Amino acid sequence: MILFLEQSLNGLQFGLMLFLLAAGLTLVFGIMDTINLAHGSLYMIGAYLTATAAAASGSFLVGLGAGIVGTTAIGVLLEMTVLRRLYHRDHLSQVLGTFAILLMSNEVVRMVWGSQPILLNPPAALAGPVDLMPGFAYPAFRLLIIGVGLAVAGGLYVLVTRTRVGMQVRAGASNREMALAMGTDVRKLFTMVFGLGAALCAVAGGMLGPLLAVQVGMGESILILAFVVIVIGGIGSIRGALMGSLLVGVVDTCGHTIVPMVLAETLGASAAATAGPAVASILIYVLMAAVLFWKPEGLFPAHG
Amino acid sequence: MMSNPDMTTTPTAPARGLLDHPLHWRWALALLVLLLALPVVAIALQQEFYIGLASRILIFALAATSLNLILGFGGMISFGHAAFVGLGAYTIGILMQGGISSAWVAWPLAVGVSALFALVIGAISLRTKGVYFIMITLAFAQMLFYLLVSLKAYGGEDGMSLASRSVIATGIDLKQDATFYCVTLAVFAVAFVLVQRLLNARFGHALQAIHENETRMVAIGFPVYRYKLAAFTLAGGLAGLAGVLVANQSGFVSPALMQWNQSGMLMIMVILGGVGQLYGGVLGAVVFLVLEEVLSSYTIYWQFGLGAMLLAVVLLTPNGLMSLFQRGAKEIGK
Repeated sequence: MILFLEQSLNGLQFGLMLFLLAAGLTLVFGIMDTINLAHGSLYMIGAYLTATAAAASGSFLVGLGAGIVGTTAIGVLLEMTVLRRLYHRDHLSQVLGTFAILLMSNEVVRMVWGSQPILLNPPAALAGPVDLMPGFAYPAFRLLIIGVGLAVAGGLYVLVTRTRVGMQVRAGASNREMALAMGTDVRKLFTMVFGLGAALCAVAGGMLGPLLAVQVGMGESILILAFVVIVIGGIGSIRGALMGSLLVGVVDTCGHTIVPMVLAETLGASAAATAGPAVASILIYVLMAAVLFWKPEGLFPAHG
Repeated sequence: MMSNPDMTTTPTAPARGLLDHPLHWRWALALLVLLLALPVVAIALQQEFYIGLASRILIFALAATSLNLILGFGGMISFGHAAFVGLGAYTIGILMQGGISSAWVAWPLAVGVSALFALVIGAISLRTKGVYFIMITLAFAQMLFYLLVSLKAYGGEDGMSLASRSVIATGIDLKQDATFYCVTLAVFAVAFVLVQRLLNARFGHALQAIHENETRMVAIGFPVYRYKLAAFTLAGGLAGLAGVLVANQSGFVSPALMQWNQSGMLMIMVILGGVGQLYGGVLGAVVFLVLEEVLSSYTIYWQFGLGAMLLAVVLLTPNGLMSLFQRGAKEIGK
């Protein structure tokens, strides 16, 4: 029971961080019709900037702030110099172009920080566990991640559903030509959305940095998961991204505990230890294939 | 190998249509002669290293060409093509572990296994379209990747070493790099001409027409789904053939062969060379691997140079490097 509770919280925490990445990705995809493989690079850059600024200032909060500001600036710069030229190209050119950016940013990070993983410590006050229930302690920093994730998701919800900019974003996602015709300043909107996506990447990178290793290539594996999320949720839909993230986060995290246990019951302990993690990793792809099989447009299609 | 050069026209067909892809057999023959001369020159200059590199390039050219068949000509953007390469390679490895090293048994079997998986995966994936197709092919490739990681009997995550290379005949020793190169070249040339003939046949024309306007082809009465599935299966089989050669060259198979970034690399090669260009996959593989080789000999930060080159290609050429060779031939707009 305790194990189940803990895994659910871990799943929620991972899912919320995935959501931060997926939200930016799904907006860029839905509104600009652009496949951005470099999204994971912004996440990596966010983590590196946060770690460096946190080490220099001695404060995690200052580090995270600097990471967000820096990554947003880099994202906006990237959009204005390169991405803007790819919007009107076909998907394959976008794949090649953003893959090139991914290679280059990996290499730049390696030049600046070296290829060894660097350390990002959680704030000292939150390093220990807290008692949620008698007999159930949970790391405070992971609780903070859940809190930040929920707060950002809530803020994004208000931004998208209650503000003028959000209205334009939704209009752009559901019918781009019509939004153009109604006088939306798309150049500005695109840059803003891309900058917002970069900022969300930095939040995810900075918050996950202390849990996972801050290293070159950290963006790629999570990028694939983020793509899985937005395809499950339906491209262009923020709500779909949230549902997809939570689903993937919980299935992946719980799968990694439950599958080895089930395998240990049926096949024996040694087989479970070797096959368990791999079989658990298959789960989310089975989930995605199943969703696409029965709902080819994803769970919450944005295009009416 | 290329004994039948008059394939550009048949007596009744019009001279050359949009959907025809001539082999340019004069150039092809010259290229073939050059490729045949390569091991002789390399051995004379004691630069045997280049024979291995050339084999590697030919293998990837084959894999990229098979991907171009479905991606470029059929419009099916598969993000899981490396899975079929890996399946072909694993079939060789598993059979060799079981004591079967004859190429005449193992190679067709490997191609068959890859084609069979492509048939099943294609049958399910082709129900979806666009980005969803990209992602569902990725999903299947990842499933196979993790499946092989979990199979401890075949090395799991670490992969397995092959005891030797496949045996073709007593006179042909694949362990010699020059011999292996010649066999690779022969396999590649036959497969390439097969793809070229297919594209200019009725099947290839129908496939390209489906890419151009699927709705119309359905309306005319073509079994669109079956055409696409046949192309997908064939491409999977050819990728399996490339996998056979990969396993034999490196003497080692591991799940890393079918990881998603391998599929990505094949896709990058095709896009780099030219989507829907007969020589696109070949050119992409050559440029990508030679760039990798040259840049990495100058600096450990070679990926930056590679990225910069790729970005320049995207921003400066509309449809890959092949578009540099065909000024004025812009009938096929996107």
